[in-house]
Amino acid sequence: MSEKELGQKWDRCLADCAVKLGTGLGLGIVFSVVFFKRRTWPIVFGTGLGLGMAYSNCQNDLRSHYVLHSKVAKEE
Amino acid sequence: MLRVCWKGAHAAARCVCGKVKAHSLQHCRKYTTAGDSGSTAGKIVAASLLTVGGGLGGTILYAKWDPKFRANVEKSVPYSDQLFEMALGPPPPPLVPLQKKPGKIEPLQISSLSEASKESKQPKAKAKKSDPAPMEAPPAVEEAPAPQTLEEASAEAAHIISALGEVPSVPAPGTSDESPPGHMAAGEECKDHHEPVLKERPVEEVTARLAQQDKAEQDALAALTAGLEESLGSTAKTTLQAIGAQEAALTAIAAHTNKLKDAMDSQTPPDEKSAQWKALNEALSERTRAMEEAEEALLKAKGELEKLREVINSAKQSKIDTARPQILAAEENLHSMIVDLDKVVTKVQTAQTEAKIVSQYSELVNEAKAQFQQELANITPEIQANWKGLSGKLSADDLNSLIAHAHRRIDQLNRELAEQRVREQLHIEVALEQQKLEDQKALERAVVSALEHSREDMRLEQEKKVQEVREVMEAEMRTQLRRQAAAHTDHLRDVLKVQEQELREEAQEILNSRVMEQETHYRRLTQEQLDTFTLDMNAAYARLKGIEEAIDSHVIAEEEARKAHQLWLSVEALNYTLKSAGADSPTEPLEGAVGVIKESCAENEFAQALATAIPEESLSRGIYSEASLRARFYDIRRLARRVALIDETRNSLYQYFLSYLQSILLFESEQVPPPAKLAPEDLDTFKLLAYATYSIERGDLELAAKFVNQLRGESQRVAQDWIKEARLTLETKQVISLLSAYANAVGLGTTQAP
Repeated sequence: MSEKELGQKWDRCLADCAVKLGTGLGLGIVFSVVFFKRRTWPIVFGTGLGLGMAYSNCQNDLRSHYVLHSKVAKEE
Repeated sequence: MLRVCWKGAHAAARCVCGKVKAHSLQHCRKYTTAGDSGSTAGKIVAASLLTVGGGLGGTILYAKWDPKFRANVEKSVPYSDQLFEMALGPPPPPLVPLQKKPGKIEPLQISSLSEASKESKQPKAKAKKSDPAPMEAPPAVEEAPAPQTLEEASAEAAHIISALGEVPSVPAPGTSDESPPGHMAAGEECKDHHEPVLKERPVEEVTARLAQQDKAEQDALAALTAGLEESLGSTAKTTLQAIGAQEAALTAIAAHTNKLKDAMDSQTPPDEKSAQWKALNEALSERTRAMEEAEEALLKAKGELEKLREVINSAKQSKIDTARPQILAAEENLHSMIVDLDKVVTKVQTAQTEAKIVSQYSELVNEAKAQFQQELANITPEIQANWKGLSGKLSADDLNSLIAHAHRRIDQLNRELAEQRVREQLHIEVALEQQKLEDQKALERAVVSALEHSREDMRLEQEKKVQEVREVMEAEMRTQLRRQAAAHTDHLRDVLKVQEQELREEAQEILNSRVMEQETHYRRLTQEQLDTFTLDMNAAYARLKGIEEAIDSHVIAEEEARKAHQLWLSVEALNYTLKSAGADSPTEPLEGAVGVIKESCAENEFAQALATAIPEESLSRGIYSEASLRARFYDIRRLARRVALIDETRNSLYQYFLSYLQSILLFESEQVPPPAKLAPEDLDTFKLLAYATYSIERGDLELAAKFVNQLRGESQRVAQDWIKEARLTLETKQVISLLSAYANAVGLGTTQAP
């Protein structure tokens, strides 16, 4: 069902956002804790990174239909 | 003459004009010219009118007098005939030459009849002047019969001529003897020529008719002769009687006259006188009686002669040739009888005249005697009438007076005698004249009668000659006819032979042709029979074939009907399977039903094509019902509204957010009736969705699908599946509806009407 596709995409998007966010946050926290002496910037950075990656993924996913794929024609 | 009149008129007019001019020249000096010209014009007009009128009047008068001139004028001048008719009356009819018709045969004028009847009454009457009158009348009457007898003869000749069919010639009085026989001969020939002109009747008829005619002729002839003889006999008898009576009358008259003469002679002694007078009276009465008898007999005889003449005429008219000699003989007898009668009548007449004279004389004497007696009676009144016997009784005075009277009488008589002697000559002359007249009249009468008789004789002679010539001609005619008959029979024999040949050949030909005709006819009939039989056989065979075909077609039709029924049933089954669609689940796969359809209409290409036209998806998976699609549509709608802005250019998340915002903030009616034509501004998502919603709410899935198909971008992608499903459903439904319509149609088509 094509109408479900969008919902599915949104679901994926959200899931991915959650994952990425969590992962970003986690990694941020880790890095912040580990490498950057508990500064907040790696958390924010990680979260932002995660969010951005989620956003970008979401967008890409939603846009995927419209993106033109080019191929290099093989010389035969 | 008209031209002359015109010329005269012109000349007159010119003259008048000249005169008028002269006058005007003269008068113009004295009087004014105005009135003058008027008067001259008036004069000219008057003069011209006068001349014209005069010319017309003159023409009319002359036309009245001369009809030829009138005719000429009428011919040359138009409308003059009307003028003449007005003035003079209609023109006189053209003169036609009058034809002199043959005069009728007058009844016999036995000329003495009137004379005799009047004469017998003469002695009784005392008038003398009536004497010359009847004397004149008979001659006049006689003169009329005289030309009549002439015309009689000519009339008879004309009769004969006209009876033969020739042109009726105008008979001249006193026809010559040569012309009638010639005419007769020509007439007879003409009569013979007439007969060949008539149609020929069959022989038996002709002979029968001839025999009939002969018999009729014989009968008529016999009747005629009998009639003639009878009438002749009776006429002869009566004529003889009349003649006898006349002769008796004659003798009686003679006796009476003699006796009268004797009585007049006063020589006899007185006693015998009375006897004489008695005898005289007797004789007179006898005479009168005899005269009357004679008259009667004469009348009778005349009547009989008339009858005889009539009979002879009728006999003549019957035109039987064989009776002619008898007719001629009868005529001769008649003529002789007439002649005799005439003679006797003339004798009687002369005797009568004599008697008249004597009676006159006796009358005179009686008169004188009576006068004398009267005088005597006057003188001697006492003495009675019969003075002769009284001579002794007379006295002296009486005697003296008598003697004186006698003397006076003698003187008177002497004087009278002297006078008479003087007048003797005159009297004698007068008497002579009278006698001459009477003689002349008698002569004329005699001449006329003699002429009549001679004419009659001539006519009879002529008739006899005619008869003889006729007989001769008849004999010759007979011989010629016999010859002609013989020639005719020979000719007929030859002609008959030739005709027989011809007819025989003709008959043979006809027979042959007929036989051939019959043969061909027979052949034709047999052929026809064969043909008809073959035709019948063929027809029967064809009918049989037809019946067979009909049965076959019936079977086929039944088969068809069955198939149609099957198809219909299968289509119904298919329709039923469509109903098995759940709320969100599709129907059962239509494969089975479609397979059944395909089986049921294996030969039907149309059905096959339709069955194959059903999309695979519907066959394998089934289709969604409309309701489910409708429900699904609302989801689609929601989604499509949310992603209305997203298309290939705008597809970032931010756009998603915006479009979501738009869908929330945009207020519009859910359903908008779509327009008939889509304008480009109608291709907006929301509008399209509104139209689609409207359509789908109205049950028009197709239209909704069409509108949804117009979505672009992400909305389109979202609605893709729905469209597909909708298309499937629509397709399948269409095919199924076609199939069912087709099945219905086939079913209707193959349904046999009860």
